[in-house]
Amino acid sequence: MRLHPSIPLMRIVPDDTKFDFMRFRRISFPVSALLSIAAIFLYFFHGLNFGIDFIGGTLLEVQSKSGPADLAKMRATLGGLGLGEVQLQQFGGPEDVLIRVAQQPGGEEAQQAALAKVRQALGNDVDIRREEVVGPRVSKELLAYSTVGLMLAIFAILIYLWFRFEWQFALGAMIANVHDLVLTIGYMSLTQIDFDLSSIAALLTILGYSLNDTVVIYDRIREMLRRYKRMAMPDLLNISVNSTLSRSIITHVTVTLALLALLLFGGHAIHSFVATMIFGVVLVGTYTSVFIAAPILIYLGVGTARVEAEERVPAQQPART
Amino acid sequence: MLYISKWKAAAILLTAFVCCLFAVPNFFPEKTVQQWPAWAQRHVVLGLDLQGGSHILLQVDANDVRRQKLQTLQDDVRRVMREAGLRLVRAPAIRGNSVEVIVRDTDVQQALAKLRPLSEPLGGFIGSAGARSVNIENAGGGVIRLTVTEPALLERTRQVVDQSVEIIERRVNAMGLVEPSIQRQGIDRVLVQVPGLGNPEELIKVIGTTAKLTFRLVDTSMTVEQALKEHPPPDSEIVYGSAAEGRRPYLLEKRVIVSGEELTNAQPGYDQRTGEPIVSFKFNTSGARKFAQVTTDNVGRPFAIVLDDEVISAPVIREPIRGGSGQISGNFTVESANNLAILLRAGALPAKLTVIEQRVVGAGLGQDSIEKGKLASYFGAALVVVFMIFTYGLFGVFASIAVGINIGMIFGILSFLNATLTLPGIIGIVLTIGIAVDSNVLIYERIREEVRSGRTPINAIDAGFTRALATILDSNITTFIAAAVLFFIGTGPVRGFAVTLGIGIVTTVFTAFTLTRLIVAWWVGWARPRQLAIS
Repeated sequence: MRLHPSIPLMRIVPDDTKFDFMRFRRISFPVSALLSIAAIFLYFFHGLNFGIDFIGGTLLEVQSKSGPADLAKMRATLGGLGLGEVQLQQFGGPEDVLIRVAQQPGGEEAQQAALAKVRQALGNDVDIRREEVVGPRVSKELLAYSTVGLMLAIFAILIYLWFRFEWQFALGAMIANVHDLVLTIGYMSLTQIDFDLSSIAALLTILGYSLNDTVVIYDRIREMLRRYKRMAMPDLLNISVNSTLSRSIITHVTVTLALLALLLFGGHAIHSFVATMIFGVVLVGTYTSVFIAAPILIYLGVGTARVEAEERVPAQQPART
Repeated sequence: MLYISKWKAAAILLTAFVCCLFAVPNFFPEKTVQQWPAWAQRHVVLGLDLQGGSHILLQVDANDVRRQKLQTLQDDVRRVMREAGLRLVRAPAIRGNSVEVIVRDTDVQQALAKLRPLSEPLGGFIGSAGARSVNIENAGGGVIRLTVTEPALLERTRQVVDQSVEIIERRVNAMGLVEPSIQRQGIDRVLVQVPGLGNPEELIKVIGTTAKLTFRLVDTSMTVEQALKEHPPPDSEIVYGSAAEGRRPYLLEKRVIVSGEELTNAQPGYDQRTGEPIVSFKFNTSGARKFAQVTTDNVGRPFAIVLDDEVISAPVIREPIRGGSGQISGNFTVESANNLAILLRAGALPAKLTVIEQRVVGAGLGQDSIEKGKLASYFGAALVVVFMIFTYGLFGVFASIAVGINIGMIFGILSFLNATLTLPGIIGIVLTIGIAVDSNVLIYERIREEVRSGRTPINAIDAGFTRALATILDSNITTFIAAAVLFFIGTGPVRGFAVTLGIGIVTTVFTAFTLTRLIVAWWVGWARPRQLAIS
């Protein structure tokens, strides 16, 4: 008979924490409300930096063959083509440049013509590493599909939670998640990160992760509701959040480690995707589950019916596990 | 709960082993794998963003389809009226979506009866069942209106796409590109993907050309200048030359002597006298007969070779051409002669196609992405493993083994499905590592809690698993819903992300429910711990 081999271990989160998370709801709710309003303002007045997936146009990633790229010269050459707005941006190393040409008036063929002009103007000084042309028709479709997709995902998840829990939980989770998405969109507007198809993927993943977190806490709350029939809701929520705290922290550290690896080594192509994920999953998602998703259940009336029923039938013994 | 029967254990290990086994071909060079039996050849296909290549989405021009359909209807109406011997008040004309013909009031009933066969019931496609190809109505005042129905246009579009896919396939293959994929997408689109092709300019030129070839006589009843100033004769029209030809105007008869459908072969070559690039062609029997007839009757007159409403060249007929073969010269370059030959051999597209989306990744960038993706994955995995072992000790090792097998299974399933791995797909795998670790964390934390509430180690492990698994299932199903939605709305790379995330969730739930439990059960059986130290 042997004992568990003794390995020096780190204790990330002390056992039996007793933080009064619920008290913070008087701060977290107004703060979240303000931030959400700010995010919505940003979205409407600052806008998103829509990539060509959604507004159409032409994008080229080129690499200068002879040392660092001369942005000013390229800007002058391409600006003189009469193609409207041409954006140039350093992308990765000093040789790499990202060129974005606005959508051309005149339908699908005009985009091809613009690409040909840009190619010709760039000549043999650069290697074209990537080129994308998205016509007006496709960009409109992608935007519509993506919006519908996000709504559909939220709705489908809501239905699932409604089946698995009570409706208050589903509603609470939805409020929490819409809050996450709104803040993330606000972040994207503030930083003017490219908003393209992969941003939709990021938003959906944030939605999934954040729900994952919320569900873990809700699962615990449901269990506690069955176990402690007479405990006041804020206390019960505090116990639930505290008892899942170490899991939340350890999990988020690992996810953050994985994301950091992607951010540092994944290259430029996925940079905006990963940055958005870090913001959404790590910063917002965690905060939301603890400070919004859990306490909002108090306002949605979870547990009140239970206490009243108990009081009406005082003879019944509360079940113990 | 902790007791797992031998059979169950064997089934679990076998499942995991077989899943991982399917990943094996990915580690061998393609040449080696090709010698293996067919069932063992399944492997992950690298997406165009990773191996480099061109993705071109084309759409059939709906207006072109409509115009053609209306023109055919107009011709049909003209023919039916002529065969019926009815005098027309006004010849059939295209008005919007319909063809209108005016007959004398007394002839209306007879005309309607004759025209009725033009309206055919459509095939049994869902949604178009019961619909007819043409609606025929008596608009009063002798006007008969024939309208092409939407289902008929839709069906025609479907046919056009099917034919286009075939023709594009022939053209692309003739260009000698490796492993092109040409697929219908939706109702009116064709997706062309060519791995490894970094510059699709030539390809787009070849697949974007309709290549409708006609041989027509030049109308010499008046000069072009005259026709430009006044009106061309009713049976003739003005057609301009191609850019290589100098955009000169020509007055051509509308009647087509022979069209490209009657070609049996076309090859690029060089003119024996001038040495300039040409395309030589051969007609089929009926084409050769028609061409011989017309050239015999019109010696000394010029005729024009017209490609997609542009005159390529307009040589003079020096002598009757009876052999059914000839050559086209028109200031070609070697390349353009070659392309024209390809186009003529493959046949004309039934309607115009427009490029609506184009995404091209150079091979260098793809290789960079693979390397960066690999580096990030290895580094991410290493960080996670170190952190887990740091936190959970031996249980951290268990978790790492489970996550490792999990990733092996993801690759196995991806290989089995011959799925496409894209850069976002790699991100999906890295995120799966996060989710997979979470399932272990949930289990271990739960066990710790149970230990603290005073259970014996084995009891605590048992209860920990039971309780954590319910949570794991709930939280993973919600993420899975998000992945499923992404799969259905996403295209290309984003879909690749959804696939790996979705598969990752399934394998994560599998490993959490079975493998992790099995490993812990074995350890408990071996170590018989009286005290648990997962801290």
